[in-house]
Amino acid sequence: MTVSQLLQQMESGATTSEQLVKNCLNRIAAEDETIHAFLYIDSDGALDAARSVDAKRANGRPTGLLAGLPVAVKDNICTRGLPTTCASRMLEPFVPPYDAHIVQQLRAADAVVIGKTNLDEFAMGSSTENSAFGATRNPADTDRSPGGSSGGSAAAVAAGFAPLSIGSDTGGSIRQPAAFCGVVGMKPTYGRVSRYGLVAFASSLDQIGPLANDVDGAARLLQVLAGYDKRDSTSINREVPNFVEGLQVPIEGLRIGIASEHLVEGLSEPIRHRFESTLDELRAAGATVVDVSLPHTKYCVATYYLIAPSEASSNLARYDGVHYGRRTENFDDLIDLYAASRAEGLGPEVKRRIMLGTYALSEGYSDKFYQRALKVRRLIRDDYDTAFANVDVIASPVTPTTAFRIGELVEDPLAMYLNDIYTISANLAGLPAISIPAGTDEAGLPIGFQLTAPAFEEFRLLKAAAMVERQQEVRS
Amino acid sequence: MSEKITIDEVRQVAKLSRLKLSEDELQQLSKQMGSILEYVAILDELNTDDVEPMAQAVEVRNAFRADELAESLPREDALANAPASDGRYFLVPDILKKG
Repeated sequence: MTVSQLLQQMESGATTSEQLVKNCLNRIAAEDETIHAFLYIDSDGALDAARSVDAKRANGRPTGLLAGLPVAVKDNICTRGLPTTCASRMLEPFVPPYDAHIVQQLRAADAVVIGKTNLDEFAMGSSTENSAFGATRNPADTDRSPGGSSGGSAAAVAAGFAPLSIGSDTGGSIRQPAAFCGVVGMKPTYGRVSRYGLVAFASSLDQIGPLANDVDGAARLLQVLAGYDKRDSTSINREVPNFVEGLQVPIEGLRIGIASEHLVEGLSEPIRHRFESTLDELRAAGATVVDVSLPHTKYCVATYYLIAPSEASSNLARYDGVHYGRRTENFDDLIDLYAASRAEGLGPEVKRRIMLGTYALSEGYSDKFYQRALKVRRLIRDDYDTAFANVDVIASPVTPTTAFRIGELVEDPLAMYLNDIYTISANLAGLPAISIPAGTDEAGLPIGFQLTAPAFEEFRLLKAAAMVERQQEVRS
Repeated sequence: MSEKITIDEVRQVAKLSRLKLSEDELQQLSKQMGSILEYVAILDELNTDDVEPMAQAVEVRNAFRADELAESLPREDALANAPASDGRYFLVPDILKKG
């Protein structure tokens, strides 16, 4: 059932939040041993919250936008009194003393936080295999990865464990798992959603966003997440439009840009095919498709894998075994306490990125690597500025292939990084982008369709996404 | 494959990163970092002499706020996650040698 149907059912008294939460908990109990979407399930807290929303409704008191809806939250977002591990041994014992801004927003909207979802350690990865607590499996085929890093959040929605979930997206970490699992996932504009309480990975790229079964659900959740917060100094003080009202009204004369740079070798045939037929469907619905050029596309992955690790190496310096998190039991002196605690607490991918970032920022190399990447980043953003002069949104695939098998890419970090080839540029340029389900391949594995819009044009993006969604419904 | 980064360089980076790595890990990292560095060299194709570096996507400058007194985290909560504490402070090993 969709989010809007669930809300209607609760409003009409056909069901209650308590019942919804119980249904979710039952499914989790039955299936999450296999899927492993959750790292922590807050059954008691969720049931208490659900009962209090039900009482509010029964008494005719005003309720929030997401009143009674269960929401799963990625485990790199702080929840007061509930463990927040980032899927890392380093933070295994950590229980935050405060709620992230978006968790406060969820509670204020009467949503019910049902649990914390699995991820690649510190959100570094594209498969959720880098979790220190075991991989998540794709509900569409449990031999396959759900993608990552928000693999737990995407799998939770796809498996019906929660109608809504929260992810974070630094290089595609919401959109790629949404595509692999067959759900809607959106990365808002950089600055649209406060990151206060999001454990930092790469601060100039990280953004929190919604996952849902449909575009309407994602729009409702974004409505609650978005908005200025002075505790995140990169949060933008700008009015948040209504993302829900008029969402289904088609954009007349929608101009969709496609870039030949996206349709290059490495793109698998089923995805190319679904991409082109989705464009045909949109043309039939009145959109025009225009060629645009994004000439620096082939430099995105290299740019990202210099900037993101550089920022990570600085952000993760805080894990020193002193203030919180894991401390080694065997050390010689203070420096050794730091180095040994970090060696024990952090997994291989996190170490690899800290090392790469430290190298890229070190004396003598910073100009060659980090500074150069920042310059190319501007060229990539300029490409988008130029392209958006002529089109409303840009369409592209989300991933080069459908979900890969668990274990298939773990030995080859670079091949894993190349999975992010279509998603990274939105983070580098700070733009909002969304992945919408657009059919499956022959094996039944979900395929995503990506739209990107200019900064702060989330409503346009969601409306265009709703057009894609309606065409999918017509087709099936 | 060309030697992009030597074991000694990797060892030095590990020291700067405060990571105590085994010889095996250093070996593996030298190989993996080598291939990643080889890949990112693609950026050398571009002439970026006249391009201004872009550190943030939405360029905000100096987000000021009023310097107001507000409630702070209670000491007890701040220390609750400490690996070692005496109830008042975070405890660390001796930094200066005794005697």
